Amino acid sequence: MSLTHAFFAILRRDLILAVRRRSEIANPLLFFILVITLFPLGIGARPQLLQAIAPGIIWVSALLAAMLSLDSLFRSDFDDGSLEQILLSPHPVSILILGKIVAHWLVTGLPLLLIAPLLAVFLGMPQPAIGVLLLSLLLGTPVLSLIGAIGVALTVGLRRGGMILSLLVLPLYVPVLIFAGNAVEMASNGLPVTAQINILIAILLLSLVLAPWPTAAALKMSMN
Amino acid sequence: MKFIPDPIGRFCHRMASPPHFYALSGKLLPWLTGIFLILLACGLYGGLYLAPPDYQQGDSYRIIYIHVPSAWMSLFIYIVMAITGAIGLIWRIKLAEIVAISSASVGASFTFIALVTGSLWGKPMWGTWWVWDARLTSELILLFLYLGVIGLYNAIDDKRTASKAVAILALVGVVNIPIIHYSVEWWNTLHQGPTVTKMDKPSIHVSMLIPLLLMAIAFKFYYVIAMLQRARLELLQRERTAAWVKKLVSEPSNSSS
Repeated sequence: MSLTHAFFAILRRDLILAVRRRSEIANPLLFFILVITLFPLGIGARPQLLQAIAPGIIWVSALLAAMLSLDSLFRSDFDDGSLEQILLSPHPVSILILGKIVAHWLVTGLPLLLIAPLLAVFLGMPQPAIGVLLLSLLLGTPVLSLIGAIGVALTVGLRRGGMILSLLVLPLYVPVLIFAGNAVEMASNGLPVTAQINILIAILLLSLVLAPWPTAAALKMSMN
Repeated sequence: MKFIPDPIGRFCHRMASPPHFYALSGKLLPWLTGIFLILLACGLYGGLYLAPPDYQQGDSYRIIYIHVPSAWMSLFIYIVMAITGAIGLIWRIKLAEIVAISSASVGASFTFIALVTGSLWGKPMWGTWWVWDARLTSELILLFLYLGVIGLYNAIDDKRTASKAVAILALVGVVNIPIIHYSVEWWNTLHQGPTVTKMDKPSIHVSMLIPLLLMAIAFKFYYVIAMLQRARLELLQRERTAAWVKKLVSEPSNSSS
């Protein structure tokens, strides 16, 4: 089996598994919507205030939803031994792991993208900013999955990895949050956002190339 | 093809053996402590007594002699941790792993000191304890990175595995170091620009600069002292079943160094 075949086989397998276990798709999405609903309840329903902090709210919620969904990335494979088989395969582990990460993003990251415009309207975000919000989510959420995979791979062998995972992963999410939030904010004020979007693209490409390596190394470490 | 000359290679191999490291570091520690105390005394005397008060900030700028060296150390130690972690990961040198994890808590302390002194300095200068400025925020994130490293190390029971995990995490975190360093140029906010490392001419007077550099070197020595002590302890704990440790414990006269 060639490497491309192996990559798509893993991708297909993970997508089928996700479709069979739909709650795993729905949970991060529901969490995302719920957190955003909580903000107006917590700080008062003043339209101007909500509009001003909408980019931040949406992005922080997306960050938390992405982090919450990370545990399902390797958990079941670790428990049933499939992960060992992946590590034993003759293909480079980092590429196979990338297949898993892509599948995970399609299942947990992409739905956030689809629901985000609705939530942006809830918070009264101006029309042109919604497009930039979608673009920033499209570029940013894969980075969250890629960087998060490193953290999960480091903690998958631990019995109580949940708390430590947030400590590992959230600081590394900060650059994405800063640039994405800033882009949406600028767009709300009618300013150009090319620079921020370019940096987001750079971060995405960089993490796409670099993140699978430490993930693979960390998985090998966690397995023995 | 050979990149490393033989004598240096031999020295490194000898240093990487735990008993040799333990004995040598024991001999070095008093000397290091002496140099540290002299440097500290000179730096503090120069900084607190000889250096003139700042024309704008008065005497309150003198916290710079703690704040800036700590901030430098917080970055420096993270890089040391990542490099030694990588060495441990690639060549499986036990000692490099121990140095990496022993550096983590010292680095976290320096980061914390930099944050606290920065906050104390910010109150009279900016009129507020804390601002969400880029450099302050990235220093805070650096503290979280350190805490993540320490937390991960403590969460994994097998210490060899834990060292590998920590090394991977430190290497990933190193990506953040340039962001911290260049954040001053990226987000130009309340924090003053760098005054010492300007390429043409430092915008700090020589009489203030010399104590600052003395303090910076003193802090480096302090780091080595603190790190070596932690490393020696960690080494004894890990090697507690080894023959040389048992010999050390059974013959108290040798362990006095």
